[in-house]
Amino acid sequence: MIANVTTEGQRRRRIVQRIAFALLALSTAFGFLALGVILYSMIANGASALSWEFLTTFPRKMMTEGGIYPALVGSFYLTVGAVLLSLPLAVASAIWLSEYSRGGLWVRMIRVGVNSLAGVPSIVFGLLGLAFFVKVLGFGVSLLSGALTLALLILPILIRAGEEALQAVPMNFREGALALGATKWHAVRTVVLPSAIPGILTGVILGISRAIGETAPIMFTAAAFYMSRLPETLSDKVMALPYHIFVMATESPNYYKTRNLQFGAALVLLGMVLLMNLGAVTWRARVRRRKQW
Amino acid sequence: MRSGRSRRPRAETVGGAPLDLRPVTQAGLRGLITIVKERWDRPVFLVLASVSLVALGLILFFIFREAFPVLREIGLGGLFGARWNPTGNPASYGALPMIVGSALVTIAALLFAIPLGFAAAAFIAEVAPRWMKDVAKSVLELLAGVPSVIYGFFGLMVVAPAFQRAFGLSTGRTALTASVILGIMALPTIASLAEDALTAVPNSYREASMALGATRWQTIRRVTFPAAFSGLIGAAILGMGRAIGETMAVLMVAGNAPQITASLLKPVRTLTGAIALEMGETAMGSTHYHALFALGVILLVIALVTNGLAEWFRGRLARKHGR
Repeated sequence: MIANVTTEGQRRRRIVQRIAFALLALSTAFGFLALGVILYSMIANGASALSWEFLTTFPRKMMTEGGIYPALVGSFYLTVGAVLLSLPLAVASAIWLSEYSRGGLWVRMIRVGVNSLAGVPSIVFGLLGLAFFVKVLGFGVSLLSGALTLALLILPILIRAGEEALQAVPMNFREGALALGATKWHAVRTVVLPSAIPGILTGVILGISRAIGETAPIMFTAAAFYMSRLPETLSDKVMALPYHIFVMATESPNYYKTRNLQFGAALVLLGMVLLMNLGAVTWRARVRRRKQW
Repeated sequence: MRSGRSRRPRAETVGGAPLDLRPVTQAGLRGLITIVKERWDRPVFLVLASVSLVALGLILFFIFREAFPVLREIGLGGLFGARWNPTGNPASYGALPMIVGSALVTIAALLFAIPLGFAAAAFIAEVAPRWMKDVAKSVLELLAGVPSVIYGFFGLMVVAPAFQRAFGLSTGRTALTASVILGIMALPTIASLAEDALTAVPNSYREASMALGATRWQTIRRVTFPAAFSGLIGAAILGMGRAIGETMAVLMVAGNAPQITASLLKPVRTLTGAIALEMGETAMGSTHYHALFALGVILLVIALVTNGLAEWFRGRLARKHGR
């Protein structure tokens, strides 16, 4: 009998909890909503601009017609360059942090360095690129300067992903290799690193998607408003998709004529970045699930 | 970072005996070569691992170096003056309008991003069933991955016109528009870090609270949130740092008028916006050029301080719960 009696207080507490949880759920739904609205507005306004021609032709008539081909190629070069420059150093950093470091001041300093680097605003990377790569090293406003600047920007992302991937490799893999007489480096190279490659690649995808969308770091170091040809050397300026979107949106000579093209370009960039992130997230989940070691 | 604090034995404890110099005394140069061949890896990786410190050093050195001439010219007091008119005659380089602009949009953005972010974190960490949790975390990650130029473009094309109509303004590019966009951008950062903080609270806390008859909501409000407090503060501070440093989105929607105002319905210029907007139009080596680097110094200092504070708060939570 007594067990079935719910007091007034209990009922009220249950109602309060239901309301509170509903509010929490709504707040979470806001994130879904924001992503949905952004994606929807890009698709609704930009999908009609998409065509094979849009992706593979140069802009025409003062950028009021034509496609985004040079911007796509430029972004591709910048991003590939940044990853090629950053990845070896990032993996080496991760190897040292995960496999060799023994704690102490230097490790703490390097971790502070990685964390701080991750928190430096992207425009400040742009300033560094301008002052150091463009001016002091004399690379000028060029593909090389832009790729170097982006490489520094994605360095902490790659280091963290690499360290996480290496840490996920079980201890007994290392112990097994060492017990067979391998040196530390031999064990890392032949056993630990290969097991960590899926995780490292996830980080690479995240790094690419970050680098391809960044505008502020390349504004003063690499980006060109318009180029009539593709970049041929490392010292050429390049067009880049995010910069192209920015200048079209803020300086386009004919807003009404280019509106559709602008949304099309934004949709292409957003689509690429979201697909890469989605791929990385789901792949990472699969790797974590499958490799139970 | 988190992985570094794990409890299982770390890789460095395996292998790596102390340096044995016997081959040198026994076989001379050949012994030395053997040692180098076998022991090159640790020092080499140590040097390579320092790359992030080198990068940070380069940033500090060059931003300060390029800002220095303007400080010598107008002094620290001049830099914090109330008028920014680099192309005027006489030119003035007071950064206060941009500092106020940055502060205004950041505070307004955080006013809604922090409550929403904490609530979303509480839902994901404490309420949602497993599958919903995974979906929500993925959505947050996707939202965090949207490039800032896309946020800016969305703000410029969709939000600004809507606000212009709604408030009857002459332009939709205002501090308010920038705040809304910035808030959406800061949301995933704050939510996912806050979720980390809540997850770090040991389950025994929740169990004890429920055993005393508290509902799940009472437990979240009175036990889990207070226990995760320093981590939540860390999340909010990091969100703030990200919002202050955000460039493209703010540049495209804030209106960029270098005026000191407390009104959200007026256009403002932020520190990041000023650098991005003006650097392209200024001659390299001019006072204006150096003044923009001085704005960069202000940004960099804010970013490093907020980052350090956030790390400290987050670390405090981790130490408290012994992870």
